[in-house]
Amino acid sequence: MSFDFLDLNTTWFVLIAFLFTGYAILDGFDLGIGILHLFVKGDRERRLMLNAIGPVWDGNEVWLIAAGGALFAAFPSVYATVFSGFYTALVLLLASLILRAISIEFRSKREHPGWRQFWDTGFWLGSVLSSVLLGVALGNVAVGVPLDPRGEFAGNFWTLIRPYPILVGITTVALFAMHGATYALLKTEGELYETIRRWTFWALSYFAVCYVVLTISTVFAAPHMIERFKSHPWLFLIPAINAASIVTFWRKVRRGEARHAFAASCVCIAALLSVFAIGVYPNLVRSYPDPSQSLTILNASSSPNTLAIMLTIAIIGMPIVLAYTLLIHYLFRGKVKLEKSGY
Amino acid sequence: MDAVTLSRVQFGLTAAFHYIYPPMSIGLGVLMVIFELTWLRTGKALYHQLARFWTRIFGLIFAMGVATGIVMEFEFGTNWATYSRFVGDVFGSPLAAEAIFAFFLESSFLGLLIFGWDRVSRGVHFLATCMVCLGAHLSAVWILVANSWMHTPAGFHIVGEGPKARAEITDFWAMVFNPSTVDRVLHTICGAWQTGAFLVISVGAWYLLRSKHTDFARASLRTALPIALGASLLQLVTGHVSAQGVAKNQPVKLAAFEGLYDTTSNAPLKLFGWVDEENEISIGPAIPGLLSFLAHNDASKPVLGLREVAPAQKDRPPVNVTFQFFHLMVAVGFGLIALSALGLYSFWRGSLERKKWVLWLLVLAAIGPHVANQAGWFAAEVGRQPWIVQGLLRTSDAVSQTLKPGAVLGSIILFSLVYLVMFALFLYVLFDKIRHGPDEADLIVTGRLAHK
Repeated sequence: MSFDFLDLNTTWFVLIAFLFTGYAILDGFDLGIGILHLFVKGDRERRLMLNAIGPVWDGNEVWLIAAGGALFAAFPSVYATVFSGFYTALVLLLASLILRAISIEFRSKREHPGWRQFWDTGFWLGSVLSSVLLGVALGNVAVGVPLDPRGEFAGNFWTLIRPYPILVGITTVALFAMHGATYALLKTEGELYETIRRWTFWALSYFAVCYVVLTISTVFAAPHMIERFKSHPWLFLIPAINAASIVTFWRKVRRGEARHAFAASCVCIAALLSVFAIGVYPNLVRSYPDPSQSLTILNASSSPNTLAIMLTIAIIGMPIVLAYTLLIHYLFRGKVKLEKSGY
Repeated sequence: MDAVTLSRVQFGLTAAFHYIYPPMSIGLGVLMVIFELTWLRTGKALYHQLARFWTRIFGLIFAMGVATGIVMEFEFGTNWATYSRFVGDVFGSPLAAEAIFAFFLESSFLGLLIFGWDRVSRGVHFLATCMVCLGAHLSAVWILVANSWMHTPAGFHIVGEGPKARAEITDFWAMVFNPSTVDRVLHTICGAWQTGAFLVISVGAWYLLRSKHTDFARASLRTALPIALGASLLQLVTGHVSAQGVAKNQPVKLAAFEGLYDTTSNAPLKLFGWVDEENEISIGPAIPGLLSFLAHNDASKPVLGLREVAPAQKDRPPVNVTFQFFHLMVAVGFGLIALSALGLYSFWRGSLERKKWVLWLLVLAAIGPHVANQAGWFAAEVGRQPWIVQGLLRTSDAVSQTLKPGAVLGSIILFSLVYLVMFALFLYVLFDKIRHGPDEADLIVTGRLAHK
């Protein structure tokens, strides 16, 4: 296929943003349920929460693999610089994701309460750490990291844990907790539903505070993120939608409309990541303090040939993926029941 | 230790540990499809029981495969950033295709496979089983496309010079169907079928030894023994064809497989042996002409020796290591043919249940394909050294520039500990499930599945 009419580099920027957003919306609620897990009391209740995400969490996690693979293929320099530069953080992220996965898998295999408590803690820890680290990585990309003339990361582990990235990490935990709680509202009923509904307000408040602090901090710590909004003021619509979605979310939870609340939460995540993407564009990894060394969608990309091939793969594959993903989520709609084939 | 050596060790460890699981997923996937199809067509509840039992085990194996597999995708970037920059234009697209066409498919339908028994109709559930099996196979295909390109690069050209040089794709299909892709896909998938079949056989044989779940065991063996024999024999063919490809496209690797230093006509194939690399001598009992036959289908044709194709020491892989792994793989391969033949023959004659020693061998045989799989991979990957992309980029030049050896040592220790714990847990839960046996309740089909 020929895509001469398209700006392939921007197209791939958008597609990768789409993949990471899809990941955040989907695995975001899996991680969120994990973040809430230790607050859930009772073995039956914990099993309900695990089975709420049971059939879908594995497929949801694939969005991260897809995003990483797409990054490798479309912008190999970015993949190389970020993954090798943020080495320790990424290894920790891997360990956290593994911990989350095996905790879900092994948790209910034995009756012993000690065993279950151990893996419940693992599930929680894996989910919290993964969320924090993902946020920290995102925050670093936003505010910029030292890059040398070869485009390699010129900082160290301490560079990664500056205040702004940490703030993004904390916000991510809040966001996923809120999102996970909303998903749990869709899947639970009775007393558990009421308990989670109360938590949803707490998670929302926690997120709202983080969101405000983060927005203000961005203006000071990463003013370049606002540039594109200033030059194209209509883009301010997106942060406006973001704010509106938070308010809508609150109202829907109050009225017990879980589906609408979940939709609002999804919009919130999409809007937040869109703001981030717009702010970062056309850089992929901004160089700090000298932005001229930044890795951009132009200097860090694969050849137009590869971008075109990848686009063909995506055009054929992603609609199919979306179709059966929606189908499977639909087949598992409704309140979760404990069945013998579950966790 | 330097960052290169440590990164090699880490990649070897993480890849080897990961590779315990996908072959089981692929092989078991085929068997799950067969069991479920047999149930659908014959209505015999025993096959429903088989399908349910193996689905539970599959779930456990798949989870381990995913957990260890994510590490692999990240590891290209974390430890081999220079490699990633060099090949990203070419290598990245099969990896992305693997995610889009295979991982999404198998992981999404896995939810239906495991959780959907009582939720959907028989037909929809069977579709899910087939999709998971297909997804597992497709993921093998795409990763092998990528790995084969490292052995026999094609469909690309080099752009730029020195440290900025990189491979850029010129022809996607030439890259996908590079000279070794088809051989290696067939050989690897066949090995996976063996892995799944021998696992099912092992459990069936164990139950017969214990005189428990005997109907279940016999049905398992009836299905899996022919597959094991068929796949083991087919593996001989795919191995032969692969060797011919290696002879043509990777003569250094072939020479290393056999420890062949001098170009030889009527080249013999050793049964086992030792390579003294310093003095360039290989010793061991050999079958005359067999290597030439393997490589060229003609015992008289010459096989190129290391002194001719890689005169410089720095262009050679570690020869003895490559030799040992290759011969281990071949030995186990022949052993599996013999064992599956013996098992199938005994089963057919009705004497299997009396012959405890055959049953014991069949129980232990589950390890066989794993040994062969690992040995084969080590032979292939070590045999490709010193190249990470044959003829284009050396492994020693491909490591991430910003890596500190201390960080890599730290991650090796972390992964080793985590994997050790995971493996112990995996075996514990697996053996527990096997000991517990199939669920009697699965002989009664309930819910939506009870209605056709």
